[in-house]
Amino acid sequence: MLRLEKRPSPSRFWQGATPILAVVLTMIAGGLMFAALGKNPFEAIRTIFWDPLFHPQFASYSRPQLLVKAGPLILIAIGLSLGFRAGIWNIGAEGQYIMGALFGAGVGLAFYPADLWFIFPLMVIAGAFGGWIWAMIPAILKTKFNTNEILVSLLMVYIAQNFLSSMSLGLLRNPEGGGFPGSRNLSQYPAASNPELIAGTGMHWGVIAAFMAVIAAYILLQRHILGFHIKLAGQAPRAARYAGVNPTGLVLLCMGISGALAGLAGLFEVSGPAGQISIDFNVGYGFTAIIVAFLGRLNPIGILLAGLLMALTYIGGELAQFMLGLPAAAIQAFQGMLLFFLLAVDLLSNYRIRLAHKKEAI
Amino acid sequence: MNRRTLLATAALGLGLAFGSSASAQGMDKVKACFIYVGPIGDLGWTYQHHQGALAVQEEFGDKVEIAYQENVPEGADAERVLTQMALSGCNIIFTTSFGYMDPTNNVAAKFPDIKFEHSTGYKREHPNVSTYNARFYEGRAVQGHIAGKMTKTNKIGYIGSFPIPEVVMGINSYYLHAKKVNPDVQLSVVWAFTWFDPAKEADSAKALIDQGVDVIAAHTDSTAPLAEAAKTNGTVIGFGQASDMADYKPSPRVASIIDNWNPYYIKRVGALLDGTYEQIDSWAGIPEGEVEIGEITDAVPADVKAEAEAMRDAIAAGTYHPFTGPINKQDGTEWLADGAVAPDGDLLGMNFFVEGITGDIPK
Repeated sequence: MLRLEKRPSPSRFWQGATPILAVVLTMIAGGLMFAALGKNPFEAIRTIFWDPLFHPQFASYSRPQLLVKAGPLILIAIGLSLGFRAGIWNIGAEGQYIMGALFGAGVGLAFYPADLWFIFPLMVIAGAFGGWIWAMIPAILKTKFNTNEILVSLLMVYIAQNFLSSMSLGLLRNPEGGGFPGSRNLSQYPAASNPELIAGTGMHWGVIAAFMAVIAAYILLQRHILGFHIKLAGQAPRAARYAGVNPTGLVLLCMGISGALAGLAGLFEVSGPAGQISIDFNVGYGFTAIIVAFLGRLNPIGILLAGLLMALTYIGGELAQFMLGLPAAAIQAFQGMLLFFLLAVDLLSNYRIRLAHKKEAI
Repeated sequence: MNRRTLLATAALGLGLAFGSSASAQGMDKVKACFIYVGPIGDLGWTYQHHQGALAVQEEFGDKVEIAYQENVPEGADAERVLTQMALSGCNIIFTTSFGYMDPTNNVAAKFPDIKFEHSTGYKREHPNVSTYNARFYEGRAVQGHIAGKMTKTNKIGYIGSFPIPEVVMGINSYYLHAKKVNPDVQLSVVWAFTWFDPAKEADSAKALIDQGVDVIAAHTDSTAPLAEAAKTNGTVIGFGQASDMADYKPSPRVASIIDNWNPYYIKRVGALLDGTYEQIDSWAGIPEGEVEIGEITDAVPADVKAEAEAMRDAIAAGTYHPFTGPINKQDGTEWLADGAVAPDGDLLGMNFFVEGITGDIPK
């Protein structure tokens, strides 16, 4: 019989190895699923993981797209990871992402059609503020009334979505759009647009911000007293209090940072790849980023890699749908498997698997 | 005719032939690609587009290769999917949802040799972008007639997807024709803000039924509203939307609007094959067979059925336009004078309810 034995401390080896193991297991289980659907599993796996990077026809386009897709995921996940480490669960990044986009785009559109250098920087500030203020609502409710931030932040997403509908139909609607919902296209308004900085690379300000966030989070967690407080609050809340960590301050700070980063992601997305505020502007980055944060083990470098991997499964998944005729649901199931196996093999870093001796069974 | 003029004419003819062949050369094989907002199994909007794709395959056999992608969100993702389609060698790409409008035009700019066909939009920023839509409001008129006759509570409902002109004109047409046969009729509109979300659509239908509505028309893509109506033991009826939704016959589904994209898709891909392809803005309806009225079931009394079919036939024959004056706007100002017919421009930008509808278009 197999028996689980708790490790005294999580195994460093398995902490690093489990994400890779999870990817391998996903490939095997996914391959079986693709085979059951009547597709060649090797071809399908190759299309998802290899073709976006190296296919002669697509790669030159899809490689940069990897950054475009991973940028917002990484930016949001970095913010979330700080809170998650401290045991503060901001599940509403999707809403903060929407509000960041609305605030940022609102500022930009207010200046239309002026061509002033400070419009885009101002939009960036407004975007961060929009996400921050939206995250402050669950944060303050938690610190003042001890509400559950998981529920409140999640429900705030739906409020934000209704704001988004209302704005794309009303205040921010393109006056030259013939009554159709949706704002002006910011990518066609140079002073407010977030273009590809170097053609063919996919690099836009959002991707740069994501990289900067990775570095800043790494330094914060490794070198700064605040990072120590965050980790301590998550691992040993009472010890943290004795060490002088202010729990209220920590909630406000972690929610604030994650909200502001999600807001920034929204702003960079709306002014860049998406181009405009529309009713269905949000496509779930805020929720997917939660997966990315955990896939990356709440570690900044891990999140960077996890974000890129997640982007790869999206883009590769699209290719597989299109080239091989795989149903969209199969790709979603494939992505779901990734998280499932990750959580499942997580067991290995906290437990040893031992063969149980008969003697002990008695 | 002497020899010289004959030669000149021949040269001219040759020149013309060459001139046009540069832009309209036939092709031996066409790869036609489709991008869908929902799953092909939605049994509604996307399903019908996919039927069109399959019809193209059937019509041209080996000369056509079909590829498609379902469940593509409108926005940045659509742009990437379209680019990948273009890179993979598609010759013509049909983008089958309103929200693909900007992505379609953006990608079309980068691939001038590939034809793009955008459904239900209005932007044709490049010569390789065509748009096509169907006059669904013609079908709504028939539905409205049935709704006005069939309602017992005098409350009829409409599940709106997004408050865009296409939907607003459907609501107006539905209401006008219900009102015509039942002056007491009241219309409730619920906005679902989605094209395809069975849970939300079911909630919208429930909300309407709770208000006492007993005839529901939907402008969303799934069968969920009919499934809700089916739970009421025959007190609430509805219509198949986009596809026939025949599983719910004979009641609650008493009739349907069927989007038949097959003729259009076959025509366009055929034009690309034989070299007659040109940029167009197509808006066909019941007369062309692009909008069909599915079987009106026996749940509808024979006289009502006959009237509804007569209206359909009059629209098909071109003798009746569903928006014929006098029609006032909601605020009481005149829109169409007595006998006037709505110009297409008014319909395509329609952002107002007609007189008698309560409630506002979301702003």
